Order: sequence, then structure tokens, then C-alpha cells
Amino acid sequence: MTSREMRSIRNGLLFISPWIAGFAAFTIYPLAASFYYSLCDYSVLKPPVFVGGANYHELLTDPVLWKSLYNTMYFAVFFLPLATLLAIVLALLLNTGVRGMTIYRTIFFLPSLTPLVALGILWMWMLNGEYGVVNYVLNMVLNPLGLQAPIWLQSTAWSKPAIILMSLWGVGHAVVIYLAGLQDIPKQLYEAADLDGARWFSKVRHITIPLLSPAIFFNVVMGLISALQVFALPYVLTDGTGGPARSTTFYTMYLYNSAFRYLRMGYACAMAWILFLIILALTLLVYRMSRKRVHYGG
Amino acid sequence: MGDSRNIASDGVKRRKTRTASHANQLSWPRALAIHAVLVAGSLLFLFPLVWMISTALKPIDQTMVMPPRWIPDPVQWENFWQAVNYIPFFAYARNTLTIAILGTLGTVLSSSVVAYGFSRIEWKGRDIVFLVLLATMMVPFPVTMVPLYAVFRKLHWIGTFRPLWLPAWFGASAFNVFLLRQFFLTIPRDFDDAARIDGCSEFGIYRRVVLPLSRPALAVVALFHFMYCWNDFLGPLIYLIDQDTFTLALGLQFFQSRQGGTPWNLLMAASTLVVTPIIVLFFFTQRTFIQGIAMSGLKG
Repeated sequence: MTSREMRSIRNGLLFISPWIAGFAAFTIYPLAASFYYSLCDYSVLKPPVFVGGANYHELLTDPVLWKSLYNTMYFAVFFLPLATLLAIVLALLLNTGVRGMTIYRTIFFLPSLTPLVALGILWMWMLNGEYGVVNYVLNMVLNPLGLQAPIWLQSTAWSKPAIILMSLWGVGHAVVIYLAGLQDIPKQLYEAADLDGARWFSKVRHITIPLLSPAIFFNVVMGLISALQVFALPYVLTDGTGGPARSTTFYTMYLYNSAFRYLRMGYACAMAWILFLIILALTLLVYRMSRKRVHYGG
Repeated sequence: MGDSRNIASDGVKRRKTRTASHANQLSWPRALAIHAVLVAGSLLFLFPLVWMISTALKPIDQTMVMPPRWIPDPVQWENFWQAVNYIPFFAYARNTLTIAILGTLGTVLSSSVVAYGFSRIEWKGRDIVFLVLLATMMVPFPVTMVPLYAVFRKLHWIGTFRPLWLPAWFGASAFNVFLLRQFFLTIPRDFDDAARIDGCSEFGIYRRVVLPLSRPALAVVALFHFMYCWNDFLGPLIYLIDQDTFTLALGLQFFQSRQGGTPWNLLMAASTLVVTPIIVLFFFTQRTFIQGIAMSGLKG
């Protein structure tokens, strides 16, 4: 190795040294420790006691864990496709060249700036069973049909849809991403399609969606990772209880409660590792499924 | 990575491409239909914010009537004053700002230095190490949460702000490093060489050449981290104990859950106060914001 190469390695390592220190302290060590704790009975107040696979074994038969997993999957399965569809439709509408595009874009984007705590409290008020403005409007439509608006967060059937609804309100972030992606699509492609007499729908299908697919893929993966870790919203809405009848006990919330309410840190670590594996597996699955469909342009 | 370059080239280029992509004029019935859908959508998206402000300005008895009263009468501005005293708003705002400013400073400094090492210097093994950095983005916070808590507890840092801002000084946000690296790669090499001939050290090039040229990207990173600190709930929930050290997000939740018969008008006033600074920040930095998000979402 020449002295020049040596010097550039030294310089390179010097520049990334803050990250190396942070990586060791905030990633590698916690990962190793977390795996060790997951094999221990650990309350943080006393030193961990090795118990082997007991935590994992208990997880298999813990009904609350399965419930929380179900709730989390329910949220992800409905929220992700709805959010993706809504964001793409809004972005397509904004990209048609209508006047005032930037104003509309700002309006759709604003709600996504709302901190989750404030968002939760605001929607608790909007969906309030007694004085909620949402049900007032809904009942105006539903009552003449002999129907009644749901009581949302007080109902086991509607509490999760309520959280999905609130989360959809923050879809503006994705709209901005998709819109930027749409604006990067070369206009010549559409002109060529126009010459061939293509209709709007087939242009969307054969030009827009394929060229937007990298952005869609990226957003779906990131959305999946964060959907599986939903925490702040259900925590605020239920003060950490996950009610009614555990219908809003999401995985990360149960994990948090296991660690910091019941001081079962080892058990929580085991849950965290399962979550990690689920995220890895699903990400891989999305990657596999999309490999043929995602089109990376030049 | 054309997207990162867009940021540098100021709004001009963007605006041009936009008008170009709109060259095919909409027929007026179609334009009307699109406006109708967009206006309806806008009303739905704006309504919750409007309702929050409207409730915040009502006397308490007007929040509990059916049909709801759309416009408060009289407009009760005192609610804001009451809310500020109900939750110690200014103390919480000071706590939040302390964490956010220290964290943002650390993020900008550390992730730019680290990104420099990953982009402007060629060294053996660099790209493999960079892959490791990218891989850390996959690790969900719950996995490292308990050991971090245990370590901070041993250091007697629980109940202080340190666990909330210190990691930012060690390039803890892989995503920001990635973002800045992409940007640094677009700066022409000739600048470095010129500076090197003038006797500039590697650190001098970072400080005098790369940093000044990267202001837009640094602004994006700073803005995103600030927002993150302002909104973060789980971190403060884990690490803060005493009520007077709470951040706005945590304090707002605490205030909400503590009250038995919650006065909704005050809660909405407090929420408005938490949301407003972020919205004001957005309006002042709109271009950076929108371009930053566009840039962050289009990698790959």
C-alpha cells in the first residue's frame, strides 16, 4: 500500500470517526445487549438472570401479543394501500396542470406537519361520541337512512378504522414525494403516447405508474416499517391502555408497556427481536414482489 | 441522483420544467372537474385544523352543544392565556427548544463530517462501510431501546435531556448522512483540487469549500431534525421523569390524560400553540421543505 493510500484511509476514518463511535455505542452494543437480555429475566433494577428461551416460549402463548400483532397487521393492511392510493390520486390531480397547484399542495401537506400528539387529541375531539363534529355530519346523512354513526374510539370494531382515518389525514407528505416524482417524468413520453392516440388511463397505466414505481416502492417499504411501529397515536388516544378491550393495543405499545410499565425488559427485548425479524421478512417480501415491477430508469 | 442536484439549482430550473410539463392545456370542463375535486379535498384536509382553532376560541359551554356552533361567539382569546398557564407551556417550549437546538446542531455537524468521509475522500473499504451505515436504518428503535435505557440509567442520565440530543452528535441519523453524501457527490472535484493546491488541508476543504456549497442540503437536514425533535413522543416518554422537564409533545399528552372532565377548548388552544410554530416554520422555509421531502423520497 502506498503512503498516499494509507493517508486517505487515515483521513477517511478520521472523518467518519464520530459515526464509528456512535455506531458502536448506539447500534452494535445495544443490538448485542438486547439479544442477550431477550434470553434473560431482566427488570433493569436488578442484574439480568439468564433464562434461555423462556421469553420467546412465553411469547408464543401470550394472547395479548397475538392480539397486538393482529391489530398491527390490521392497521398496516388497510392503511398502507389506502394511503398509497390516496396519495397517488392526489398527486396525479395536482400534476394535471391546474392553476393554483402550489396552493392545493400546501393545503394537502399542512396536516402532515401536525405533531402526532396534537393530531391524536384533535381527532379525539372530532370523533367524540357526544359532541364530535364528525358524527354530527355523518348522522345528518345516516339518520334518515335509519343508521347511526359509530362511536369510533369507544367501539372495539371502529377504534382501528378511526386510527386509520386519522393517519390518512397525514398523507400529504407522500403526496409531495409522488408529485416530485411525477414532475420528473419526461413530457416527451406523453406526447408520443398522444400521437398514438392513447387515452388518459392507459397513459397512467403504461407511463406514469412504471416511471413512478421506484418512488412507490421506497414509500411502501418505509411506510411498512413505520406502520409496524405505530406507537404515539394509539398511546395518546388511550393513555397507553390500548382500549377498548385491547382493540388498539399495537405491537410497539405492548412492547413499551412490557418494558416500562411492567418492568419486563427481557420480555420486551424478545418482542423487539421478533418485530425486527417480521420487518426484515416483510421488506424482503415486498422487494421480491416488486423486483419485476419496479422500473429503474436511467 | 438528479434529485439532489435539483436542490442546488435554485427554484428556477424547477419552475421551468413545471411550466413545460403543463404545456398541453386542459380543456375547461376537465379543469373545472379537477378543481371541484381538489377544492372538496382541500376542505376535508383543512377542516380539522379550522375546527381546532374554532374550538380553541369558544367559551366552554359552546363546545358542548348540538348542533355544533361553527363560529365562536364571543371569541374568547383568554383561552390561550389560560391554556398557557394550565400546562406550563413556556417551560415545555424551552425544554423542547433546548433539545431541538442541541440535537440539530449535532446532527448538522456530525452528519456533514461523516458524509464528507463517505463521499469526498477515496479510501479502501469505504463503500462496504457505507453499506453497513445504510443497513442501520433497518434497525427498529424498539430493538435498541432497552439497552440504551439501561446504559443511560447507569450514567444517571435518565431525567436529563442528554439521551435525547447527545446521540445526534455521533452521526446517529444514518438517513441524514445518506442525504448529505448524495449531495456532496454532486459538487465538482475541481474545487477541492484548487483548494489543495492553495495548501488547504482536508478539514479545510470540508469547512471552506464543501460546507458553504451545501447550505441548501444542510438546511434540509437541520429542518427535518428540528421537526423530529418537536414531534418526538416516545423518546421523551422514556427518558424524562419530572413534569417540569417535559417537552411540548409529552406535556400536551400528560395534560390531556390527567384531566378528568377535559376542557376541550383549552386542550384545543394548547394543541394550536404546539402546531402553530411548525406551520410558521413551514411557511418560512417552504422551498427547502418541499424540495427536501422530494429528495428524501426519491432515492434508489
